[in-house]
Amino acid sequence: MSEFKQTFNSSLGKKLIMALTGLFLCTFLIVHLGGNLLLFSNDEGYGFNLYANFLTHFPPIEVVAYLLYLCILVHALYALILTIKNRKARPIRYTDVNKSKASWSSKNMGLLGSILFLFIVIHMSDFWYSYKFSHKVGFKEYRTDLATNKTTSVDYVPSSPDFEKSVTTENNFEVIRVKDLHARVASSFSNLLYVIFYVIAMGTLSFHMLHGFQSSFRTLGWVHRKYTPIVTFIGTWLFAVIIPIGFAAMPVVYYIESLR
Amino acid sequence: MNLTLKVWRQKNAQTKGAFVTYKAEGISPDMSFLEMLDVVNESLIHKGDEPIHFDHDCREGICGMCSLYINGRPHGPKDAITTCQLHMRSFHDGEIIVIEPWRAAAFPVIKDLAVDRSAFDRIQQAGGFISVNTGVTIDANAILVPKVIADEAFNSATCIGCGACVAACKNASAMLFVSAKVSQLGMLPQGQPERWSRVQAMVAQMDAEGFGNCTNTGACEAECPKEIQMTNISRMTNDYFSAKLFREEHVHDHASSGE
Repeated sequence: MSEFKQTFNSSLGKKLIMALTGLFLCTFLIVHLGGNLLLFSNDEGYGFNLYANFLTHFPPIEVVAYLLYLCILVHALYALILTIKNRKARPIRYTDVNKSKASWSSKNMGLLGSILFLFIVIHMSDFWYSYKFSHKVGFKEYRTDLATNKTTSVDYVPSSPDFEKSVTTENNFEVIRVKDLHARVASSFSNLLYVIFYVIAMGTLSFHMLHGFQSSFRTLGWVHRKYTPIVTFIGTWLFAVIIPIGFAAMPVVYYIESLR
Repeated sequence: MNLTLKVWRQKNAQTKGAFVTYKAEGISPDMSFLEMLDVVNESLIHKGDEPIHFDHDCREGICGMCSLYINGRPHGPKDAITTCQLHMRSFHDGEIIVIEPWRAAAFPVIKDLAVDRSAFDRIQQAGGFISVNTGVTIDANAILVPKVIADEAFNSATCIGCGACVAACKNASAMLFVSAKVSQLGMLPQGQPERWSRVQAMVAQMDAEGFGNCTNTGACEAECPKEIQMTNISRMTNDYFSAKLFREEHVHDHASSGE
């Protein structure tokens, strides 16, 4: 076995892979939340739909996106391999419940991760797959009066099934026709069960991040009296509080909107 | 004090074990946990039963021989002590105490509550030493070591190798033990020549013994009778990847590998 392979097959190497893929997924959370905040702008999905179109049609982002999907799979696969190995390391379980001091989230990363994986599968099939590989998502036409900068929108039915996006100018109007993912989001988030599932998933994310973010730094060996408290602070407040609340607010706000 | 004990009895590594309930009567609160077991064993011997087999040696908390997983915690309900330093006043009259051996594939049961911890010895033999030439004694203060480094190395060196970290870990990982042994030498000047091969050799042996993988839960650090810190694990990781990715030394450079 080559030295390289040996390194990454060791216990520490597998941990390193978990940490690196995990941290990459953490950075994605920031970008995903940042972009999706467009859902909160009251523009009938203009900003959000253009953003969705940009994400799916800009090649460098496409590359990073597939790298991201790979990371999710590797992170889940290695978690499974490590869990099986860890179970084998203790073939006879203790009868008494382990009362050693350890945070709940650190002891249940596998459970939390499994819920998150289920969430990712449902979430991606509902939005990503529908958007890219099906014709379930309709189109919208945004007309912006360039003189007054006012935008109006109407549904649009393309003549060709291969239609993706068009930007044209008619007199003083800029006409943009894009896939209306916003409508799909709004319809999904008007379903109460769906909203509850999303909120639970974001609670799960919070606990996963609470342990995962700081744990990945420990695994990388980056522990320092001065910086570890900062890492823990970021892991707790940004990744386990602000980001999950930001994401969970989307289905909740859309559900409340749908009631009106 | 009168207590009810649920003790794991297992004839040897090949047979299956089971819990047996015993009464411990007339126990003084000032007895240590091991003395309480001595009393129970005494009564078992009088009855003609096989006494409960458990590991013990110095009985003053420095040898690392005693173990016992008591009521869900290695070395019992108190922090930073070994089982021999645990007194019966930490329990209340009439309490049911569950006593299990360390449970890990790498620590097979020898008999009852005694487990074979020679996996730790093999990890130590793989690299937990420094090579020193014999000859004239060098002046003790010839090599200066910063106090923070010396303190940290000393703290790591207090590990008695009892295996409570493995017992407490939900993954039965030995990383706290191994990292303490790697750190205590790797931080000091005398440990530098073998620093990069040592960490590779010891981690390789740890993996070969079949211990689990660390998930940074912190249970090891909470249960360590010598309060070894989890920072050691990160230090070991750092040294390991530094050695594997950026150094020339191989695991085979280490004296013990016999090459």
